[in-house]
Amino acid sequence: MIGVLALQGAFARHVEALERCGAEAMEVRRPDQLEQCRALVVPGGESTTMAKLLLTFDLDRPLRRRLAESMPVFGTCAGMIMLARGVTDGRPDQYSYGAIDIDVRRNAYGRQIDSFEIDLSIKELDEPERPFTAVFIRAPLVERAGAEVDILAEVDGHPVLCRQGRILVSSFHPELTDDDRLHRLFLDSIS
Amino acid sequence: MSQHGVSQDGTTQHGTEGSTKPRTDGTIRVKRGLAEMLKGGVIMDVVTAEQARIAEDAGAVAVMALERVPADIRADGGVARMSDPEMIESIKDAVTIPVMAKARIGHFVEAQILQALGVDYIDESEVLTPADETHHIDKFAFTVPFVCGATNLGEALRRIGEGACLIRSKGEAGTGNVVEAVRHLRSIVGDIRKITQADEAELFQWAKQLQAPLPLVQEIADTGKLQVPLFCAGGLATPADAALAMQLGAESVFVGSGIFKSTDPAPRAKAIVEATTNYNDPEILAKVSRGLGTPMTGIDMDDIDVRLADRGW
Repeated sequence: MIGVLALQGAFARHVEALERCGAEAMEVRRPDQLEQCRALVVPGGESTTMAKLLLTFDLDRPLRRRLAESMPVFGTCAGMIMLARGVTDGRPDQYSYGAIDIDVRRNAYGRQIDSFEIDLSIKELDEPERPFTAVFIRAPLVERAGAEVDILAEVDGHPVLCRQGRILVSSFHPELTDDDRLHRLFLDSIS
Repeated sequence: MSQHGVSQDGTTQHGTEGSTKPRTDGTIRVKRGLAEMLKGGVIMDVVTAEQARIAEDAGAVAVMALERVPADIRADGGVARMSDPEMIESIKDAVTIPVMAKARIGHFVEAQILQALGVDYIDESEVLTPADETHHIDKFAFTVPFVCGATNLGEALRRIGEGACLIRSKGEAGTGNVVEAVRHLRSIVGDIRKITQADEAELFQWAKQLQAPLPLVQEIADTGKLQVPLFCAGGLATPADAALAMQLGAESVFVGSGIFKSTDPAPRAKAIVEATTNYNDPEILAKVSRGLGTPMTGIDMDDIDVRLADRGW
């Protein structure tokens, strides 16, 4: 069972994408639901809201424990922010889980009028010659990636898709297109 | 913000290193995408930077910057217009979450100004006094996405046909009375359900009856859902109101006067956020509904002179 953190954001689109890939997926809002999952997707949305609700609904400590136990996690956009080591331009009380050794700057690509889509070539995907359309929405910018981090795609010299161990993060939204290859990459890595 | 020219359809292309083609902004996917990110959340009306910070602290996913909340617009009367850019700027500076602002129906110049200010979403809103009694704004011409109100599916589809990327029920803003929002949501969601059962010939009749573009009606028959996210607005005042809207099929809620016209806005705002996330969990709803002070007083529909929901065509 793959969990999708469903406190807020594009969780339903991730559930649909995982199910199209043949995986069983469930929305996670409570600690007992998290325990049923062997892997987790942290979707896009507002990281400030998600961070507050993780604390409110007692998910913060179970999630920390599962991350320490090497649960595989795929974080997109706000999910990338939640999993990063350092976050700049956040709120003073903003925290993150440090599950992947990257530092990100929130909303660094600009406001919504600067949001964009772009075709990327990603070697690790099935049919790597076919471009992957990446949708960036008020996206975080990766300003530093540690030596242990694999950079799978870049835009303008900044990483936009990173992997370290069982943690995969993208600053864009694979759940907003019908191209499920990135979800498959995540699922293949944990099967 | 972008310094490049904007083409007819609101999209712009930029050269970018290390990619197979240039980046494109203002696409339908990018515009509808932000609404996807706001799902399961609460968008709160705020009139000052201080209120915006309270909203963000409570877990709002976005704020709507305006000069007066709908309850005051209703009480004051007169012409309600776009807010002062200075006030919008001060709210943008105060928070990290997306900032929305309202333009009058059909007032595309107010929309141009709001886009130039870099707001993240424009609400072409019946809460302000309409500037055009026949036409809505051509929303495809903008890079910034638009949300529009609707009382029924036909109105929703006409707005989507004009380029709206997010639909909200109109409800009856500034009343603290959820009855109209419920009516509008039930109407929209109910007609979607019926259309999925219609045969091809009946879809022509549906399009005619709804005064909506046929291809959009056919698309709903195929997919069983609206083309864009559907949120609820208009008269929500309690955590239970928010959960009611969500259980009726809304994907997020707008709360206007309901928060900052209550006696204790911060805990109420937080409770409405928590209720929206766990809208299907009565135990959590019971817990978060406790001890919130007095909600805004509210108005019965028979006691109002102006129905804002009647504005829009």
